[in-house]
Amino acid sequence: MSLYSKTAVELIGLLNKKEISSRDIVSSVFQRIEQVDTKINAFIYTDKENALKKADEIDKKRVNAEPLGLLGGVPVVLKSNLCCFTWPVSCASKILKGYNCAYTATSVEKLLREDAVPIGYANMDEFAMGSSCENSAFGVTRNPWNTDCIPGGSSGGSAAAVAADETILALGSDTGGSIRQPASLCGVVGLKPTYGRVSRFGLVAYASSLDQIGTLTKTVADNALLLKVISGHDCSDSTSIDRKVPDYPAYLNNSIKGLKIGIPKEYFVDGMDNEVEESVKKSIKTFEGQGAVPVEISLPHTDYAVACYYIIATAEASANLARFDGIRYGARSPQAENLIDLYEKTKSDGFGQEVKRRILLGTYVLSSGYYEAYYKKAQKVRTLIKNDFDTVFKKVDCILTPTSPTPAFKIGEKTNDPLKMYLSDIFTISLNLAGLPGISIPGGFTQSGLPIGMQLAGRPFEEEVILNAAYSFEKNTLFHTTKPTLS
Amino acid sequence: MEFEPVIGLEVHVQLKTKSKLFCSCATEFGAAPNSQVCPVCLGHPGVLPVLNKQALDYAVLCGLALNCSISKFSKFDRKNYFYPDLPKNYQVSQFDKPICGKGKITFLINGNEKTIGITRAHLEEDAGKLVHSETGAESGVDFNRTGIPLLEIVSEPDLRTPEEAYMYLHMIKNIIEYLGVSDCNMEEGSLRCDANVSIRPKGQEKFGTKVEIKNMNSFRNVQKALAYELERQEDEILGGGIIVQETRLWDADKNQTFSMRTKEEAHDYRYFPEPDLVPVKLDENYIKSLENQLPELPFDRMNRFTKEYTLTGYDAQVLTSSREIADYYEECANLTDDYKAVSNWVQSELLREINEKKISIKESKVTPSKLTDMLKLIQKGVISGKIAKIVFHEIMRSGKDAEQIVKEKGLVQISNPDELKNIVEKVIKDNKKIVDDYKGGKEKSFMFLVGQVMKATQGKANPQLVTKMLKEAIG
Repeated sequence: MSLYSKTAVELIGLLNKKEISSRDIVSSVFQRIEQVDTKINAFIYTDKENALKKADEIDKKRVNAEPLGLLGGVPVVLKSNLCCFTWPVSCASKILKGYNCAYTATSVEKLLREDAVPIGYANMDEFAMGSSCENSAFGVTRNPWNTDCIPGGSSGGSAAAVAADETILALGSDTGGSIRQPASLCGVVGLKPTYGRVSRFGLVAYASSLDQIGTLTKTVADNALLLKVISGHDCSDSTSIDRKVPDYPAYLNNSIKGLKIGIPKEYFVDGMDNEVEESVKKSIKTFEGQGAVPVEISLPHTDYAVACYYIIATAEASANLARFDGIRYGARSPQAENLIDLYEKTKSDGFGQEVKRRILLGTYVLSSGYYEAYYKKAQKVRTLIKNDFDTVFKKVDCILTPTSPTPAFKIGEKTNDPLKMYLSDIFTISLNLAGLPGISIPGGFTQSGLPIGMQLAGRPFEEEVILNAAYSFEKNTLFHTTKPTLS
Repeated sequence: MEFEPVIGLEVHVQLKTKSKLFCSCATEFGAAPNSQVCPVCLGHPGVLPVLNKQALDYAVLCGLALNCSISKFSKFDRKNYFYPDLPKNYQVSQFDKPICGKGKITFLINGNEKTIGITRAHLEEDAGKLVHSETGAESGVDFNRTGIPLLEIVSEPDLRTPEEAYMYLHMIKNIIEYLGVSDCNMEEGSLRCDANVSIRPKGQEKFGTKVEIKNMNSFRNVQKALAYELERQEDEILGGGIIVQETRLWDADKNQTFSMRTKEEAHDYRYFPEPDLVPVKLDENYIKSLENQLPELPFDRMNRFTKEYTLTGYDAQVLTSSREIADYYEECANLTDDYKAVSNWVQSELLREINEKKISIKESKVTPSKLTDMLKLIQKGVISGKIAKIVFHEIMRSGKDAEQIVKEKGLVQISNPDELKNIVEKVIKDNKKIVDDYKGGKEKSFMFLVGQVMKATQGKANPQLVTKMLKEAIG
């Protein structure tokens, strides 16, 4: 088996035994990228030269028996909205053309401190707006399980790269499901931490009160390890919480006997894909087999989550994206006659359709006369949704739902129907609104061989609980061991 | 018809913190363009603000000094508008939950106390500065100022005359200077003022349509712009017109305001809570600790000066118009009990000198002890008041002691009748006509004779003695 197809935990084991070098891994991963990425288009940018240099430095440290970080020599891909000094962070948008990061994101700093090897930028929906990775100025990313299908989004490049073994680890960001939904559609493990668990400093903001950086990996164990590295309080992010980071990998082998798993009745709705529903029901049985106790619960305000999300997220986005104006950096329209013209032409040329749509929506809901009816009301609904979870979490330890109502759909299938596209995140959005952690794990396959994902949601700052449950499920299933065939 | 003006002022004060409101960049005035910037204040992708604790302290201090209620819970909001000097194209400000709520300040105007309400005071970040090339072909932005903390102090529409507005501004500046949290320099832009002004028929309670005036760069200009605008509005109404709600700019060269934008063209700022910052929660102990840091404020100090040093309200007002001057005065008052003389010397000679030399009172070589030593020489009759002026200027120039100067320059007052006898006699002899005039009842003529004696002694003769001797000689 090639090194690129291994997990981080396996590779670290081999590295520690000095059977392989970090250079071997990085070379193997780049070999894989060169082999398959023309089919997948998971990458916007790669930095092989520096990755190999970094790998050599780490190998040298290992030879000299110097202390090494937790991820000593393991490759990781970054979503294209995470700043890494000198890299061309584009957010998959034309508007940031020519812009190179002036600083490094805290989460990336933490990766570097633990000796991970950043290899490049993954494709995404422009400014993290989308559920299919089709809204990218760098072309669509294809699902490794079926290249006619989308990989999900917005962290579609990160998820596809992990699924296609083009990286060992990946970072993504999740505002309404942007890690969990593509993880689900690509058959990998994707975790969105509690809001405030990981510093957002250096994450190009889409919707600040919902955005959270998270992890995409091949296994739950890798996920726990990567999460441990990037978590923690950061003085540069006022919304990050000063709370001790648990040693997540240490919790994985705990028994889940007696673990109360809530099954929200509102999540099994008409229009849900039959295979997805079947798969979730089977998963419940699997959990029961390990001693967990399913409990039917109700989250009565679920119906309002999507509407609530698209008001709050777009409102924040309309302000967050205002800075891309061609004045200080990035693309600037050369044809502008005056200041207003400069703004209009730069933004019209630079932003894609979906981004424009959301900026307009957000501007509208904040406008004088509409603020109370939309934004203010959405904030109230957000509180109700949060209260739903608070109530439920008095009775259960975690919640099990499908991650996405459908498996991966065909490229182009929903591009002309934004509302249908927005429903892709119906099961994931609530967790962002409530700030809760959620993990998507492989839970089955459709007849046609597409992955189906399962979502476990937990109490705030109880990532270790859902990781533990996910690990227990993974140990007793084989879904994560099945790989897409990319001939 | 008689009209009553209604004026409210919005004052922006730059807080003199070491670093900016949301990043660690320096705030030095006059640094090379874009030398005090970082990804955060330049609005690079992915950056986040972190509130400067010192700015918060300063804002609360100001609020306490303006008698404002301090909010235990306040938050920041984004104010959205596009302009090249605003890197994020939104300004982080405070909308519905400002740090400082209602307050008031009191000042003297023409000897009467006037109290003006403060609506609120809130923290926000400053914008950058546009720089245009002489040809107008190019524009640049200097972002050094971007993110410097501003406290916006909004008054109630309690002001009724341009002069009151002028005095209000002085008091605000005075109070904030006392706190030492801002330079309050309108020329350098560390204090800026916009005005809202309307008129209404006298006796009417309802406000008229208000006009906002911007671009006034001195307190005097605020006064002038208001006076101009009040007249314009009155003319408009009396001419059968109506006042349009608009923003007008003051043109200091033309001495008039002109329309910048009407209400229809006004921005919709689309305020919403800043999600990148957590609300500011203040506890009682924190507020108390800042309260304990408050110095004696100008109005209280003025009142104390009138009582403690038996000064007139006017004198006390001038002497407390800056903390430095008041401190100087009090230091002098500790060294002498001739409070009135100190007051006169500080207000006339000292303030004129430091204004002319454009130095601060602390930089003056006439220290409180040097000034009071000189006053003691007058008291003892060693020098006359007139000679003292020469001595004062010499101290100002060289920093020498008064006594030394008097000795070196031979300025000691002549108080010995024998030394003056001949001069007095000569003056009487040379001015027969004047002496006769005096004898005939023309009192003024006597002063002329005194003056002649003073002149003959280069001002060194003791004026009381001269008077006495002249009277005796003329009989």
